Amino acid sequence: MPVIHDIESGGGAPALEAKHVSVHYGSKVAVSDVSLVVPANQVVALIGPSGCGKSTLLRCFNRMNDLVGGARVEGAVEFRGKNLYDPDVDPVEVRRRIGMVFQKPNPFPKSIYENTAFGPRINGFRGDMDERVETSLRQAALWDEVHDRLGDSAYALSGGQQQRLCIARTLAVKPEIVLMDEPASALDPIATQRIEELIYELKKDYTIVIVTHNMQQAARISDYTAFLYMGELIEYGPTETIFTNPREQRTEDYVTGRFG
Amino acid sequence: MSGSASPLGGTPSANDRRRRLFGSIFAITCGAATLVGVLALVVLLADVLRDGLPRFDWALLTNFASRFPERAGVKAALAGSIWILGLTALFAFPVSVAAAIYLEEYAPRNRWTRLIQLNIANLAGVPSIVYGMLGLAVFVRALGFDRSIIAGALTLSILILPVIIIASQEAVRAVPDSIRQAAYGLGATRWQVVSSQVLPMAMPGILTGTILALSRAVGETAPLIMVGAVGFIAFTPTGLGDPFTVLPLQIYNWISRPQADFQQIAAAGILVLLSLLMAMNAAAILLRNRYQKDR
Repeated sequence: MPVIHDIESGGGAPALEAKHVSVHYGSKVAVSDVSLVVPANQVVALIGPSGCGKSTLLRCFNRMNDLVGGARVEGAVEFRGKNLYDPDVDPVEVRRRIGMVFQKPNPFPKSIYENTAFGPRINGFRGDMDERVETSLRQAALWDEVHDRLGDSAYALSGGQQQRLCIARTLAVKPEIVLMDEPASALDPIATQRIEELIYELKKDYTIVIVTHNMQQAARISDYTAFLYMGELIEYGPTETIFTNPREQRTEDYVTGRFG
Repeated sequence: MSGSASPLGGTPSANDRRRRLFGSIFAITCGAATLVGVLALVVLLADVLRDGLPRFDWALLTNFASRFPERAGVKAALAGSIWILGLTALFAFPVSVAAAIYLEEYAPRNRWTRLIQLNIANLAGVPSIVYGMLGLAVFVRALGFDRSIIAGALTLSILILPVIIIASQEAVRAVPDSIRQAAYGLGATRWQVVSSQVLPMAMPGILTGTILALSRAVGETAPLIMVGAVGFIAFTPTGLGDPFTVLPLQIYNWISRPQADFQQIAAAGILVLLSLLMAMNAAAILLRNRYQKDR
């Protein structure tokens, strides 16, 4: 059984709750019976060695696994009192309310403006698009760098800028939760720092679940940390506890760099 | 490994010399193979130009076929080829692109899809005369289109369908999956992902494939003979139901005549056909370059 420390949800309802989630690829088990609570307006980090299932678990939270042939999800992920995997839930709607930022910056081959406007547009947004684009780019701390060249191709931006554009693009849809799959792993240290500062800022308005293989990063930016190993949740609790006073030997070995 | 590292430079060992010799021989062989293709083209062009250039003039394009070689021209054939080309593109393009998108983006990955895929690949290799027979049986007889432009265009559409499908599939497959994921992650439906991201990104490849397939269609003779394209026509088609001829058929007709004058006009006709082909290939290259610049 995993060790679960006290999770303070600040009195409010949790943003997301995984209940006995397992994921199978064919006969292979990628995630095995994981239960955890994601408190609202907090940053939760999923850590663990490569192949431990942390990305797969993250993709359960907005049903991106549906797009992978042969993936089967068991258990429940509750969001606003509803299981995301109930038959009457539309995965498209889920992904609109629970956004995702990917490992490698993946802007569309369009202008900066069009990248940001794409999400609102496909979701039928009928308001002031210029304003929505500006707000989103400001939230992603990119506005000052690009406000005078919104018509330029997104591919003309640096890697770090592209990733912030991808964050802006996700925020433009106004999701409630933002999932991030190693968002800084393809970036240099300066760009990484900017993304981390950004995550800290975004916490005010969003709940964030972030997968990272960088333990210092998890320690710096997250409020809660879940350690996964071979598809299982080993230990979950306040980040400080996980890094300074873990109860499981495997957690301690991993966070002190003895393996992984 | 010897104990002490030998310095760089000095005389190469026997093994080194042999490896380098092999490398040079391989490079020369490949270069010679390339030359065969280029030389064949040069000889062909030189021969056709020598025969055809004296007759390659405006009158050639404005005159109809004639018993008198000095008055013969390709007007009907050129018009027929352009009609056939336009209609073939009109029929084949939407069907092929839709099929390619279905196979790449919608179809489940199972035995049936693989079977369909295999059959499309096989169809691309079926001799064109077989398509001619199909066209004769289906379009000319069963559907009653008779020996008309529409029967010819439909036959050629079926002929190039598999070629465009395969080219379009490759173009769709070349769109990085990260782009699809990004769009799905923003709450896009499958239709929105395909129409607003995948298709625009794949379009240059699809268009290039289509134009190259059409270049193949414009040079086809056998299936059009089967569906009854006529060799001698003295008017330009005015509608889908008209009889027609095309450039390669007209050229074939002239070449099979004994008079040297007709041989010349045939060569001039070949020049017209080659010009058409080169224009199409140039269009394909231009399209590709223009789209790539937008990225």
